[in-house]
Amino acid sequence: MSTAPVVETKRLSRRFGEVAAVDDVSFSVEAGEIFGLIGPNGAGKSTLIKILTSLLPPSSGSATVAGFDVANAPKQVRKHIGYVPHTPSSDRELTGYENLLLSARLYLIPRHEREHRIEEALVMMSLRDARHRMVRDYSGGMLRRLEIAQSTLHRPTVLLMDEPTVGLDPGGRRTLWQHVRELNRTLGTTIVMTTNDMDEAEALCHRVAVLQTGKLRAVGATADLKAIFAPSGSLEDVYETITAGGSPRA
Amino acid sequence: MTERSATGPSGTTVETARDFATHMFAVADAELRKLAHDPWEVLSRAIQPVLWLVLFGEVMAQVRGFAAEGQRYLDFLVPGILAQSVVFVSIFNGIAAIWERDLGVLHRYMISPAPRSALVLGKALSSSVRALTQAIVVYICATMLDVQLSFSLLHIGVVVLLIVLGAGLFSTLSLIIACIVRRRERFMAICQVLAMPIFFASNAIYSIGLMPAWLKAIASANPLTYEVDGLRAMMLANGASTFGLGVDFLALTIAFSVAVIVATRLYPRLTR
Repeated sequence: MSTAPVVETKRLSRRFGEVAAVDDVSFSVEAGEIFGLIGPNGAGKSTLIKILTSLLPPSSGSATVAGFDVANAPKQVRKHIGYVPHTPSSDRELTGYENLLLSARLYLIPRHEREHRIEEALVMMSLRDARHRMVRDYSGGMLRRLEIAQSTLHRPTVLLMDEPTVGLDPGGRRTLWQHVRELNRTLGTTIVMTTNDMDEAEALCHRVAVLQTGKLRAVGATADLKAIFAPSGSLEDVYETITAGGSPRA
Repeated sequence: MTERSATGPSGTTVETARDFATHMFAVADAELRKLAHDPWEVLSRAIQPVLWLVLFGEVMAQVRGFAAEGQRYLDFLVPGILAQSVVFVSIFNGIAAIWERDLGVLHRYMISPAPRSALVLGKALSSSVRALTQAIVVYICATMLDVQLSFSLLHIGVVVLLIVLGAGLFSTLSLIIACIVRRRERFMAICQVLAMPIFFASNAIYSIGLMPAWLKAIASANPLTYEVDGLRAMMLANGASTFGLGVDFLALTIAFSVAVIVATRLYPRLTR
């Protein structure tokens, strides 16, 4: 069993002019983990995820995903990842089934497996009854579940999600969490997700990295971070302590 | 190994070509499914060539000298109007790309392992199918106006090829403009500025022989001129090409190839 990290960044930076959106960030994610990138708006979470998808080249440093360098082997990286962007990317002018069919073809899932995979994804994401409805008529929660179904149809090694539950009501959020956990448990998909919702990070993530103004402030298991930074508090307290420049309290 | 797509080697040339075709048809199929869900866009665009033929064509037919020597003006006009429809149907490919970027749909394509050139060609192919629907309307309208069309299968086959190539070219040029200007408002302004000279600095509605030398030079560098010339030779019962069909295809193919190469480089930048 290989123990090589599934995602690894080394001194990764991305500048936009004078501004360093991601600044000297190094971390690694092991296979099967749900890893959270947490931080306030403008912390660099989305930029970091975009670099990991290979859509945005880094300014310096390196990042590998599923063993492939994002700058040197972007096509290989894209074969091995699924991506749920911040803005939903399913086509509203197609049905749920047609969106899945498009993804199946883009990922070259063999013709004889396509229908089976699509059916499986629809059932897993509780969308089977809505498969022939136009996506523009889907609720926010359904849209997010379709996004995940499309992004995991080809069984990627890593699923990257950028604030997957933003805009959902509490019920929709919890349903989505269940689906994410199930995906992680049944298919063993490694998940890297950004969020600025500490309840979500605490409910889902095995480990988190705290980002602030592009810099990595802390990284570790949620329980460990709590023990160090806020022994009797929540992840929210940990987050506030770290981003306020606080030090370990244990 | 069940995950050929995810983990397999790059494979043989045949496999690569098959994968490329799958990617291209995936994009085109999605576009055509959207068209099937809402065909109003294409149906409403079909009104324009009909108006040109019935209103403009019938009136201008009274003026001598627009067409080539001894040719009925309406016969001369029909291929030009079809070429114009091809341009107008294709030119919206770019704004659709900006729209897809704004809606987030473009990410779905860009994050996939599909080669960018397959995505560009898939979009071009869907424009070609849209343009072919316009051709059906123009053929029906022209027949009703007693234009002497050629219905030889060979000629119709060449017309289809010319339309596929022309629509591919103009839709890809439109995509390039979209990648450069990035915003809907700018795109609309630029396309309105470009569409008129493309149309009027060509042989679409009058013979190139009528033009002053400077305009003739522009028309000779305008790909629409070669599209119209080829269509004029193949659509009409006694049609003839000014430049030769080989030159028409060569000009269109070179222009299309260059456009695809440029668009392939620019398209991914639209997501940044």
